[in-house]
Amino acid sequence: MWIIKLAWKNLWRNRSRTLISVAAVFFAVLLSTIAESLKQGVFENLVKNVVSFYTGYIQVHKMGYQQEQLLDNSFEEDSRVKDAIQSATNIRVIAPRLEGFALASSEALTKGCLIIGVDPAFENEITGLRARLVTGVFLNNRDTGVMLSEGLAKRLKISLQDTVVLIGQGYHGATAAGKYPVKGLLRFGSPQLNDKLLYMPLPVAQDFFSAQQLITSYVVSLHTDKELNQTAMQVSKQIGDQYEVMTWEELLPDIKQHIQTDSNNMKVVQGVLYLLIFFGIFSTLLMMMLERKFEMGMLVAIGMKKSKLVQLFLTESVLTVLIGCIAGLIASIPLVYYLKKYPIKIGGETAKAYERFGFEAIFPTSTSSSIFLSQALAVLIIGLVLSLYPVYKVIRLNPVTAMKK
Amino acid sequence: MPKTVIDAHTISKVYNPDTIPVYAVNNVHLHLEEGEFTALVGPSGSGKTTVLNMIGGLDKPTEGNIYINEVDITKLSQSELINFRLHNIGFVFQSFNLIPVLKAKENAEFIMLLQGVKKKEREARLQQLFKEIGLEDKMDVRPAQLSGGQQQRVAVARALATRPRFILADEPTANLDSVAASKLLDLMEKLNREEYMTFLFSTHDQRVIDRARRVITLVDGRIASDTAAVSTEFPHG
Repeated sequence: MWIIKLAWKNLWRNRSRTLISVAAVFFAVLLSTIAESLKQGVFENLVKNVVSFYTGYIQVHKMGYQQEQLLDNSFEEDSRVKDAIQSATNIRVIAPRLEGFALASSEALTKGCLIIGVDPAFENEITGLRARLVTGVFLNNRDTGVMLSEGLAKRLKISLQDTVVLIGQGYHGATAAGKYPVKGLLRFGSPQLNDKLLYMPLPVAQDFFSAQQLITSYVVSLHTDKELNQTAMQVSKQIGDQYEVMTWEELLPDIKQHIQTDSNNMKVVQGVLYLLIFFGIFSTLLMMMLERKFEMGMLVAIGMKKSKLVQLFLTESVLTVLIGCIAGLIASIPLVYYLKKYPIKIGGETAKAYERFGFEAIFPTSTSSSIFLSQALAVLIIGLVLSLYPVYKVIRLNPVTAMKK
Repeated sequence: MPKTVIDAHTISKVYNPDTIPVYAVNNVHLHLEEGEFTALVGPSGSGKTTVLNMIGGLDKPTEGNIYINEVDITKLSQSELINFRLHNIGFVFQSFNLIPVLKAKENAEFIMLLQGVKKKEREARLQQLFKEIGLEDKMDVRPAQLSGGQQQRVAVARALATRPRFILADEPTANLDSVAASKLLDLMEKLNREEYMTFLFSTHDQRVIDRARRVITLVDGRIASDTAAVSTEFPHG
C-alpha cells in the first residue's frame, strides 16, 4: 500500500512531466478511438447502404439457387418457413421475392429486363424502394401495374400510363406473356440496375411466370448486423437443409473483400499512430529515468530491494497510463456519440455520386463499446510494455554508478 | 572488550586489471571497533569514497575481504548485500538525498517500512529520533521547507532509523555552512557518546577532522597515516 502512496506522490513531484505523459496517453486513446470508430462506422454505413440497396442482410433460397438462379429453383411461399425464419432472434423484416428474366417491349423497342415480384410494403421496409420513386405511384400488393427503373423506361421510350409488354419463360418452361400499365418510375444510382429493373406485385409476378405460390427468395433484414452469422445459423437450423441461408458477405463477396482490404490499410495508419504514441510515452519515460537516476541509486544504497523499486516504478507507470486511458476514454465517448449524431458530411462530386446510388454521403462513427475498450486496452498495453524500460534500468542499476555526479 | 564492527583485510580496487591496471585503493587494511568516531581523509582521488563504497557493500573489492560484524560481505550476492545494508548500515550522503515528496518524518519512516517495522513501533521510533535530532517541530515538513543543516539531520535520522551497526557518512558537511555543520557534528558526537554509535566519515572538511578521534589519511589509494595508535578512546561522562 505504501508503494502505491509513494508512487502517487512521485507522480506529482514533476507535474509537467506527468501531465505530458498523461496527455500523450489521453490523446492516444482519443485519436485511436475516433479513428477506429470512424473506420467501423464508415464500414457499417457502407454495409447498411449496400444491403438496403438490394440484397438485405440474409437471403433464404431453395438449396442450389445461388449456383443456378433459375425460376425452376424457386420454392413454395410457406407461412411455416416464414414463421421459422421469424422465430430466430434479431429478425426485423422478411420480404418475399420472385425474380426472373424477360423481354420488355414498348411500341417499337424490346429490351431485356429483370422482373422482381415483391410485396411492396415489405420490400420498402428493407430496401426503401418508395424513396426511389421519381414519378407515378408506389404499388401495393393488389395492384396490377408495374414500376420500371428510369433507365429501362428511357431505353424503351415509354413513360407513365404507357403499357409494357413482357414475354419470357415461366416456371418449368411455361410461356410467360402479359401486358402491364406503367404506374411508376424508379431511380437507381447504379446504371446497371437502373437500366434493367422492373418491379411488380408478387401475385402478378407469380401469375406472369406461372409460378403460383412460388418465390425465389426471402430477403431478411436484421435489427443489428452484429450477430449476422449467429442469426444465419439460427435460421438455417430452423428451416432445415432443403434451403440455403446466405449472408450478405456470401452474396456480395466483392464488398466483403473491399472492406477487408480497406480495413487492413487502416491498420497500417493505426500502426503509425501507435508508433507515435509509443515514442511519445517513451520520451517522457527517458526523461524521468535520467532525472531520477541518482535517487534510484540512493534508494538501492540505503537498502531498498530492486524488486520494491521495480514495483514503485511499475506502479507509477501504470497509474500514469491508467489516468490517461480513463481520461481519454471519458473524453472520447461524447465525441464519438456526437459524430454519430452529426456525422462528417462528404461534399462535392463524391457526395453527388453517393446520393445517386441512394447512399448517405456521410462518415458516421460506430459507437460499439468494443471500440472504446479495445483502443483503451491497446494504449494501456503499449504503456505497460514501455514501463518495462524502467524495470530493465532498475534491474541493471549499479548504485555507485548511478550516484556518480 | 570493544567489539569489531569493520574489519577490511588488505582490500584493493583495481580498474582495467587486464590492460593498464589503475589502483583506486591499494592494499588497505582497516579495522574499526564499536563506538569509534573516525574520519577518512585525503585529497580528491585518494580513494576515500571507493573505500567507503566497499565497506558499505555498494562496491566489491577486487582483492581482499571485508567483515562487518564478522560477516564477509564480499561473499554476499547483490540482493543479500541490499538486505545487509538495510539492516546493518546507515548512510548519510553529501547532498542529503531526501525524497522530496515525503515529509521529514516519512523520509525516516520509509526505511523502516522497507524493514517491515510495525506501525506502532515506527511511530515511537520516529518520535524518539526527531527528539534526538532536535527537529520534533519539523516532522510534518517537506524537505524543501528545511534548511540544508536540517535536511542533513533528517538524513541522519533516516540512517539511524534502521538501528544500524554503524553509520557511513560521505562528506556529510560539504554542503553545510559552519553553524549547520557544527550542529550536525554535535548531533553525531552525541549519538556516538550516548548510544555508542560507530561513525566512519569520508571528508576533507577540517571541522570534521578536528572533531574525529581517529583520522585515517589516504593518499593514492593507500593508508598514509592512521592516528589509531594515538587514541581510539572517547571521553565517557
